[in-house]
Amino acid sequence: MSIDITKVESILAASGRGKGVLIPILQAVQNEFGYVPREAVDCVAETLDVFPVDIYGILTFYSQFYLEPRGRYTIRVCQGTACHVMGSKEVLDHFSRQLGIEDGGTTEDGVFSLERVACLGCCGMAPVVAVGEEFYGAVDMTKADELIATWRAKAEESE
Amino acid sequence: MSTEKKILICLGTSGIAAGGKAVLANFETHLAQAGKADEYRLVSVGDRGLFRDVLVDVIDGLGRTTYEHVRPEDVEDIVQTHIVGGELYAPRAAGADYHEFFASQTRIVLANCGEINPECIDEYCAAGGYAALQAAIFEPAHMLTDTVKASGLRGRGGGGFPTGVKWQFTADAPGEQKYIICNADEGDPGAFMDRAILEGDPHAVVEGMILAGLAVGATEGYIYCRAEYPLAIARLEVAIAQATERGMLGESILNTPKSFTLKIKAGAGAFVCGEETALIASIEGKRGNPVSKPPFPAQSGLWGCPTLINNVETFANVPPIVRNGAEWFAQYGTENSKGTKVFALAGKVKNTGLVEVPMGMTIRHLVDGPGGGMLVKRLPLKGVQLGGPSGGCLPASLLDTPVDYESITQTGAIMGSGGMVVMDTQSCMVDIARFFVEFTVAESCGKCTPCRVGLKRMLEILEDICSGQGTPAHLDFLSEMGETIKSMSLCGLGQTAPNPVLTTMKYYPEEYAAHVEDRECPAHVCAELVDFVVDDDKCIRCGACSRACPAEAVHWQKGQLAKIDSDRCIQCKACISACKFDAIR
Ligand SMILES: Cc1cc2nc3c(=O)[nH]c(=O)nc-3n(C[C@H](O)[C@H](O)[C@H](O)COP(=O)(O)O)c2cc1C
Ligand code: FES
Repeated sequence: MSIDITKVESILAASGRGKGVLIPILQAVQNEFGYVPREAVDCVAETLDVFPVDIYGILTFYSQFYLEPRGRYTIRVCQGTACHVMGSKEVLDHFSRQLGIEDGGTTEDGVFSLERVACLGCCGMAPVVAVGEEFYGAVDMTKADELIATWRAKAEESE
Repeated sequence: MSTEKKILICLGTSGIAAGGKAVLANFETHLAQAGKADEYRLVSVGDRGLFRDVLVDVIDGLGRTTYEHVRPEDVEDIVQTHIVGGELYAPRAAGADYHEFFASQTRIVLANCGEINPECIDEYCAAGGYAALQAAIFEPAHMLTDTVKASGLRGRGGGGFPTGVKWQFTADAPGEQKYIICNADEGDPGAFMDRAILEGDPHAVVEGMILAGLAVGATEGYIYCRAEYPLAIARLEVAIAQATERGMLGESILNTPKSFTLKIKAGAGAFVCGEETALIASIEGKRGNPVSKPPFPAQSGLWGCPTLINNVETFANVPPIVRNGAEWFAQYGTENSKGTKVFALAGKVKNTGLVEVPMGMTIRHLVDGPGGGMLVKRLPLKGVQLGGPSGGCLPASLLDTPVDYESITQTGAIMGSGGMVVMDTQSCMVDIARFFVEFTVAESCGKCTPCRVGLKRMLEILEDICSGQGTPAHLDFLSEMGETIKSMSLCGLGQTAPNPVLTTMKYYPEEYAAHVEDRECPAHVCAELVDFVVDDDKCIRCGACSRACPAEAVHWQKGQLAKIDSDRCIQCKACISACKFDAIR
């Protein structure tokens, strides 16, 4: 897949060249594409005069960065302590089973990616699941099925 | 007292998740329809730290009335009954446990959370905000450090290092350029007080950082905030812009020659970046690998310059201390742990949320007081996990331990950031230990061997134990490896990561023994050690398990005992969670 490299160039043009700019640039690239494409890494490396390997070192260290395109909606299942105690492991396993993907995977139709996160910061609603930007509390297997259905319908609608 | 009529709506992450924006919009519509829009001011406030879906407070002639679990469709009734009719709208009025939750707290850092509009600097100032800065800027810098020292404030990020002493080190360190960093990486997966402060009272953190800048002679600051907290970042941006506009931040603060600028850095998802040297590396644009200390950041931190790094809650304590004096602060707490601490009470208690109490209060008091006791009366407390992945589990027999740095450390746990997760007999302590080690294995930066390899080995063994492959020799290995990792690791992550295992082994030896000797998980958590059969003596024939089963593996008919078809069972444990009578083993 080839990407619109001018977008990367304009991110680079808008950013400074001083100390500590690399991570914010990569964050901007990911915001633009939803992941950090290979072509973008090469372009950033060349412009900032660093080795691509150093950029990959950073991309693989921080869990926020993706090297592959993501599904349309990311389902994040909290696996923080409070959620764990309230049964979030079973909820994650259920999503995984129903969607047929492992943690970190993307469904074949490209609608969902599944991810575990450590504490979404609203432990009072445990177990917590976020789909895109929306948060849902007290999620059990029944509610998980509903979420999949609702969001799949949403994806089809906007097709 | 002002007689202004107000309606406060909690719109932090939790409030928004529960539909708070629609509630706000409906209030706008219905107040306007009722012709009351000019009479009542609508204020969006941060989360108050108690999860009750959307909370709404009406302050008017009736005094202060709190409504909980407010749904968008309730708004019209509240406006009609309360605002127009002048009577309490009983169906949503907050119950006794809401009021009990707050009654036994002393709120210093959370005082403004849920009370003021965090995006409005005037409301912060009306609550006493920026008064400390206005007074301190005309005084010699060392007076600030002296005040913080005299207050006895200790770091709230986990270590408990005396804050004033750290300020002194940074002030004394030679160097033209110095930095202030606020650690807002809040990594403990079960603690969310920093998020509540940043969302509910961002100006307090900003003011605390400016004061620190004046005290140590730094002119630049960074707030390193978890990327998972977009709302906190947005509100900080607003606060920084407002403070700059008012001349509290930037060049020539309050028309003096002093200056201080603030920048926000969004983290990129790495627990180890909460460790101060890793955090500094991350701001510098590198992988967040910790480096060994000394040199401490106070001597050589960001870009090699002296750097003061404190936690969000630590900074938020500073303005009230400077405003009210060191003695005022030191009246709270114990001999060696002054002031209050915010705990994130979660798990199997009735009220889960943020609880701020003076240091020295017992854990029992926290659980029974603000916590409101256990969630399910029938299931007694089994343990309390303190301090997240670096902390430990305390058994019910240690509930009278006071919460202060020294007492908690003595038990083998740590105060940490203040995560406090209450567990009942449905939690398996071996599983909890495995859970935390799984977390630290995933988050280890991989730089030093004891942490990278040692923890991985510990995890494999814990997985074996949880799946019925464990042997008594494994237990000796776990304690030995745990001690080795603690003493040999480079940074705090590895040095504390074995704590959850070591404390559960110390306090729950019988549970480990049941796993390795009898191949049983007494709490029925470890799926491989559960038989998935119905105990006919305990089954009350209610059918809850059958309804919960996603695989249609539980046969049940009205009035009949349930029966599990082992060929269809996928061991997902939905039936166990659904059964209120412990009838599935
Ligand atoms: C693995 C690890 C993770 C940490 N995570 C955090 C964190 O999320 N937030 C925090 O304030 N401090 C964290 N700390 C502690 C910091 O290194 C540092 O001690 C603290 O920010 C100092 O501030 P204080 O003195 O105000 O507590 C962590 C330490 C370690 C070893
Ligand atoms: S543990 Fe799940 S939201 Fe905090």
